[in-house]
Amino acid sequence: MAYAAGVDVGSTQTKAVIIDENRKIVSTALIDTGANVIQAAEHAFDNALKESKIRDVEVEYVIGTGYGRYRVTFGNDQITEISCHGRGAVHMFPRTKTVLDMGGQDTKAIRVTDSGEIADFCMNDKCAAGTGRFLGAAAAALDIPLNDLGTTALKYNKPVRISTTCTVFAESEVLSWLGKGKKIEDILWGVHQSIAARSAGLLRRVGIEDEITFTGGVTRNIAMVQALEQKIDKKLNVSEESHYIGALGAALFALDHIIASRHPHNSVEASS
Amino acid sequence: MSTTVDKQDIVGRGNRDGAQHFRDWFSELTDTAKQGGQSAYVFVMGSLNEILKVFDLPVVFPEINSLQTAVRRVAHEYLSEAEDYGYSPDICGYVKADVAVQLRHGEHPMGQIPEPSIAVLTNACNTYIKWAEIWQRMYDIPMVTIDIPGTREADGQTWKGDKNFENDRKYVSTQLKELIKTCEQVTGKKFDIDKFREILGYANDMSVGWKRVIELNKNRPSLFNALTDGTIYLGVANGFRGTKIGSTYFKELVEEMEYRAEHGIGTLTEELYRLVFVGVPCYPIFRRFNELFSEWGGTFINSTYLWFASGGTNIGFEYDLSDPIESLAEGLLISVRDAMDSMFYQDRMMSDMIEEFGVDGIIYHPIKSCRTVSTGLADSRRYLAKKHDIPSLFIESDMMDRRVVSEAQMKNRIDAFFEGLESRRKQAINHRS
Repeated sequence: MAYAAGVDVGSTQTKAVIIDENRKIVSTALIDTGANVIQAAEHAFDNALKESKIRDVEVEYVIGTGYGRYRVTFGNDQITEISCHGRGAVHMFPRTKTVLDMGGQDTKAIRVTDSGEIADFCMNDKCAAGTGRFLGAAAAALDIPLNDLGTTALKYNKPVRISTTCTVFAESEVLSWLGKGKKIEDILWGVHQSIAARSAGLLRRVGIEDEITFTGGVTRNIAMVQALEQKIDKKLNVSEESHYIGALGAALFALDHIIASRHPHNSVEASS
Repeated sequence: MSTTVDKQDIVGRGNRDGAQHFRDWFSELTDTAKQGGQSAYVFVMGSLNEILKVFDLPVVFPEINSLQTAVRRVAHEYLSEAEDYGYSPDICGYVKADVAVQLRHGEHPMGQIPEPSIAVLTNACNTYIKWAEIWQRMYDIPMVTIDIPGTREADGQTWKGDKNFENDRKYVSTQLKELIKTCEQVTGKKFDIDKFREILGYANDMSVGWKRVIELNKNRPSLFNALTDGTIYLGVANGFRGTKIGSTYFKELVEEMEYRAEHGIGTLTEELYRLVFVGVPCYPIFRRFNELFSEWGGTFINSTYLWFASGGTNIGFEYDLSDPIESLAEGLLISVRDAMDSMFYQDRMMSDMIEEFGVDGIIYHPIKSCRTVSTGLADSRRYLAKKHDIPSLFIESDMMDRRVVSEAQMKNRIDAFFEGLESRRKQAINHRS
């Protein structure tokens, strides 16, 4: 049995996925990226190996993706997370036409072909508005653990409107709402709505077409899923493993390479 | 003469001579500044060099001065100085760098910039007007704005002989006569119509050459990189318009390109993707920006920058020397409106080019501090995607301000774009086989 791996080194977290030659996920790993990006990639891959009980020599090809893809020093190749999220999303949800990837420092809207190729994409601007970092800033201002943001926000009653688009100013705005006596859940839901509005704008730029798959670290935030669904008035595909879709896409590209190298005269068809 | 000698002499001559002319130009400006001589401040979209050269006025292009501070990686110093003076970070980076040059009494990385004696501009960009007013306030100089009627509606262009066009021509030629009077007052020299004809003749050579050079890049492989090499040619097209040097340069450039075409000498060893650049270059990382594409085998075969930043002279309009002022008015009308259209209705011009040049992808580069060239790009992209199903990439940064240029983010987008082009090509091959 041949194995392939993808390592997605994001700004906040690093994910590793190992798949077998039937394109089945064998193991996953998730760690905080931290300051040492090379080490984060190595640790994530090691953890995935441990979980699967596969030896590293059995993994024939590794592809790095994410902002730190060139720091996956043990990898064989690098592919952008834009391509990898498209590929992974179509593999996990084969009817996907549009992908929204929300990570720590950027949000991407991607339109994909049936086979997971990129038809078009656009990303947030250089600032972190509309990304996970925006949520992080609000969580810090309100002194709430990141994991509790979603459940807290969903208790909203009279949501406030967050008008700023700047992550730094958002913190001040959150504090000013607190000062006016607004409830934490109402402020938080306003923050989620603000991010959802910006993300919906990105989606509209590439064209919203069913089905829409939500990927990246913020998929674990149930309030974000709900805010987005309300904003675009459509259901999103989300799974427990949505966080790993970028790494999964990289692993699928790695497997393509393994198969192509066995049959060098056959062209590689990307298949989900 | 052997072929080897020819090749060494011809290939790369446009870049070598262009760079030398550029240095000579700034050297002349430095001499003028030191001697306290006169100069005219002008803009790329309608410089009126044809009239100013009659009065021997050295021309200063503040836009070019500003972009040079970015290419030489000192723009941030100039921008900060203008912001300290009170300008917002959102104001045009070219304006701010120029303001800092003025505050520094002409100090510039290429030399010394003389103070203006006159400012001459068109309405091709509304910032031009505010910008010239800054100099008017600083130096108490005359400012002449030539109001060029643009295309009034899509596909509504008028031409020589049309009633509306002839009215517009009269409107422009009257303004040109006023400019001539003002130049006479500023310089104390009389207008010399024969010299004017000679200058127009040189300008004709340049326009014809410029058009031909751009057309020759339909060749496979492409003969020059429209972003990097093209910007050098553009410098000569602007700075030396209406001069013997400019005329000779463009004749020789055509010769170089024809030689390259004949001998199959391109810009890259392996040209995988033929791209068009739309907008103003990313000068803070000028070379690196191009490398982000060339590393994937992408080369820029054409650029809207070569059109509008040459004041529309790329269309090759030739002046009628028997009726010089009326003909200059006609040329200005056609060229400057074309430069304006290159920004606002570029989709139509690009649509024609896609087939002719064998374009694989379009790179849109909207810039933070210039709304004029960035407005309309999203519409152009939608139009061309629908009409030609051509892949395109939208990357936003700036032409001057490195604070809003993130190479890592740019690379990510560019890499993803090429991954898409690559898989699209593979799929097309699979589909055919």
